[in-house]
Amino acid sequence: MKNYDKLLNDLAPQKFGKKGVIWTISLIVLIVLGIAAYIDQVIKGQMVTNMNDYALWGVYISNFVFFVATSFVGTVAVAVLRLTKNNWRTPVVRIAEIIAVAAIIMAGLTIMIDMGRPDRLLNLFIHGRMQSPITWDVIIIPTAMMVCLLLLYFPLLPDFGLLNKYYKDKQPNLSKWYGKLSLNWTGSEAQKSIQSKSIQIIAILIIPVGFMLQTIDAWLFSTLYRVGWDSTNLGAYFISGAAVAGVGALVTATYVLQKVYKLEDYITDLHFDKLGKFLVLVCLIYLYFNLNEYLIPQLTSKKGATTHINVLFVGEYAPLFWFVIVGGLIVPVIVLLFKNGRKPLPMFLIGLLVVAGSWWKRYLIVTPTLLHPFLPIQGVPEEWHHYFPSMHEWVITIGTLAMALLIITILVRYVPIVPIQKTADEQEELELELNKNTTK
Amino acid sequence: MKNNNTDSRRKFLDKGLKLGLITAIGAIGLTKIASKLNAKNSEASTGKMELMTTDGTIIEVDSSEVMEMDHSKKQKKQEEQEAYDVREGMPNRKFVMVIDLAKCKNALKCQTACNKQHYITGEHAWLKVYKMQEDEDTAPYWMPTTCMHCDHPACVTVCPVDATFKRRDGLVLIDNERCIGCRFCMAACPYSTRVFNWKEPNQGEITMLMDMEHQTEHNSAEFAGLPSVKGTVDKCDFCPHAIKDNELPHCVTACPNGVFYFGDKYEDTVTNGEETLILSKLLADKHGYRLMEGLGTKPSVFYLPPVDRLVDFKEGLESFTDYKSVDKPE
Repeated sequence: MKNYDKLLNDLAPQKFGKKGVIWTISLIVLIVLGIAAYIDQVIKGQMVTNMNDYALWGVYISNFVFFVATSFVGTVAVAVLRLTKNNWRTPVVRIAEIIAVAAIIMAGLTIMIDMGRPDRLLNLFIHGRMQSPITWDVIIIPTAMMVCLLLLYFPLLPDFGLLNKYYKDKQPNLSKWYGKLSLNWTGSEAQKSIQSKSIQIIAILIIPVGFMLQTIDAWLFSTLYRVGWDSTNLGAYFISGAAVAGVGALVTATYVLQKVYKLEDYITDLHFDKLGKFLVLVCLIYLYFNLNEYLIPQLTSKKGATTHINVLFVGEYAPLFWFVIVGGLIVPVIVLLFKNGRKPLPMFLIGLLVVAGSWWKRYLIVTPTLLHPFLPIQGVPEEWHHYFPSMHEWVITIGTLAMALLIITILVRYVPIVPIQKTADEQEELELELNKNTTK
Repeated sequence: MKNNNTDSRRKFLDKGLKLGLITAIGAIGLTKIASKLNAKNSEASTGKMELMTTDGTIIEVDSSEVMEMDHSKKQKKQEEQEAYDVREGMPNRKFVMVIDLAKCKNALKCQTACNKQHYITGEHAWLKVYKMQEDEDTAPYWMPTTCMHCDHPACVTVCPVDATFKRRDGLVLIDNERCIGCRFCMAACPYSTRVFNWKEPNQGEITMLMDMEHQTEHNSAEFAGLPSVKGTVDKCDFCPHAIKDNELPHCVTACPNGVFYFGDKYEDTVTNGEETLILSKLLADKHGYRLMEGLGTKPSVFYLPPVDRLVDFKEGLESFTDYKSVDKPE
C-alpha cells in the first residue's frame, strides 16, 4: 500500500496552475469565437465561406477528415501495440485513448458544420438510404465514438476506485464522483475478471471499427468519379495516413503532458525512443501509398491525371504539397532514424511537423481535385477558379481544433494520465521477479 | 469557301426534305396501323349494351357502336392529373433531348430563357454553353449543357436522404424540402451541372405564389425544385411544369437556331418546335453520342457532332462571357 501512496501522489489528477488556467481560458475564447462565426453562417447561409459550386467542399471537410484520421490513434496505440505485446505502451495508452475520444467527438461535430441545412439533420434517420456512403458514415462514427469511450472507460475503473479512497478526506465531493464513476470497484477477483474480459473484447473490436471508419472516410471520395479520388488505393491510403496523423498527435501530446505534469519518472526516454521508431514505420508505409497514388498515374499519364498531379507537383499547390511530403513525412523519417532524434524535445518538434503536415494533407486531398472537373470551369465568377478558406471558415475551424484540445484538457484534469493500478501491478511483478532472482 | 457553304446548305436542305418525307410516310403508316388495331378491337367485342335514350326508354345497342365521348376523356385526364405523383412522373413516357452541335452559334437565348423561367438569382446558370476544344489540333465548337437526366445517375446513388430522385419518365429531380445540403451529389456529378444556393435566393413574388399553390395543390409538378431554397441544391429540371401541359422546355422554344430537340423515347420522336424527327433515325444518321459514355451514367441527353456547321465558330465569340452566366440587374 505504501507503493500506492507514492503513485497516487505522483499520478492523481492535479489542479491547473496559472499556465493551465490561461491555456483553458484562451481555448474557451477561441471556441466562443468559432461558435459566433458558425451562428453567423447559419443565419446568412454558406455565402460567408469561400466555397462555390466548383470548390463545393472546403476546409470543413478536410478538417473533418483530419479529426477522423487522428482518432485512429486509439486503434493503433492500444489495439495494435496490445496484440503485438509491446509492454512499453502502458504509460502512453491513456493519452492515446483521450486523443481518440476528443478527435472522434469533434469529427462528428465538424461534419455538421459543412451541412447547408443543419436543421434537417434528422432527415438522415427519417429518410436515410443504405446505398449512400454518407449513411455508412452516420452509422460508423457513433459506433466508433462508443467503442473509443468504452476503451477509455473500462481501464479507468480501478483508478477511479483508488481516487475515490485517495480523495475521501481531502475533497469529499470529488471523491463521490470518482466513487460513482468507479461503479463500486472493490478490486475483487470477480470484478477483475469481468473487467479484463471487457477490455479484451473492446480492444479487439476497435481494430475492425477503426479500419472501417477510415475506409468509409476514404470511400466518401473514391465512390465519386473525380480524378484524384477515383482510386482503388484510397482505403489503404487513408488508413496508413491516419496512423501517421494519430501517432504524430500522440508524440506531441505525450511530450507536453510529461513536461507539464512532471512525469519524467513514468514517461521516459525509452518511451519516446519506441514511439519514434513506430512513427518512422507508419511514415514509411504512408510514403509507399503516396507513391502509388501519385507516381503511377503520372507514368500512364492520362490527361486528367496529369493535369491534377502537375498542379500538385509544380503548379498552384506545389509549395503545400512538398511541405506535406518532405516536411511531414521524409524529414521526420530521416531525423527519427538517429538515436538523438528520438530524444523527447526533437520528437516533440517532429511531432508538431507531422501533425501540421497531416492537416494540410487532407486539404490537398479535398481541394485541388474539385478545381479540376471533367468539363472546363466556365460561366462562373473568376474567383470560383480558386479556393482558399474565408475568415469565417478559419475562425470556425480554429474553434473546432480548440474544442478538441479543450476536451483533452478537461479529461487530463480529472483522469490520471498514466494508469495507476496498471503501473502498480507492473511494478509489483518486477519486484517479484527481482525477489525471485535474489532468493535463488 | 462560298461554294462550300452553299453546298453544305443544299445538303442540309436535301437531308431535311428527305427526313420530312420519311416522317410523313411514317406517320401515315402509324395511323393506318392504329386504326386497324382499333377496328379489330371493336369487331371482337360483339356484346350488347343497355342504354337510356333522352326520352327515358331503354334500348339495346351493339357495344361496337358505342363511342367514347369527349367529356369522359376529360374526366380521365383529370383522374390522371390527380394520380400524378412528382416522384413517379408521367406513366409510359421517357423524355429525351437531342442537342445538335452543328447548329449552335452561342446565341445564348436558351440560357436567358432558362434563367428567367426558373428565376435564377445566383451566379451560376443551370444551362450553360461551353466553348469547347478537346485539343489544340481539333476544331473548337459550342456545346450547350443541361442536366443529363442520366438513367444511372451518380447523384441519386450517393444522396443520403433520397432528396434527389429518378422518375419513371426519365427526369432526375430534387426535393428541396428534404435536401440536407451535404453537396455529395454535386461532387458525384461528372458534368458539374448542379448549383448550390449559398445564400437566400430572393426570388421575389415567385416564392409567395408557389407557396400558395403548394398549399392548395400539393402534388403539382412545379413542386419539385421551385422556388429555390437556401442551403439546398438546384439544377436543370427538364421543365416538368411545361411538359405536363404538353409544352416544350423553355430552352427548346427559345433557341433561334433549332439546336434543341425534345421528345419521348418510347414514341421515338423529338421536335425542336419547327421540325419533328424520328429519334432513332436521327441518332443513327447523324452519329449521335452522349457525354462521357465511358462512365456508364447513361444520359438522356444526346449530342449530334458539330459537323457541316452552318455558321463559323468565331461568330459566337461575341456573346461569349467566361465569367458570367446569369445577368444581374444593375
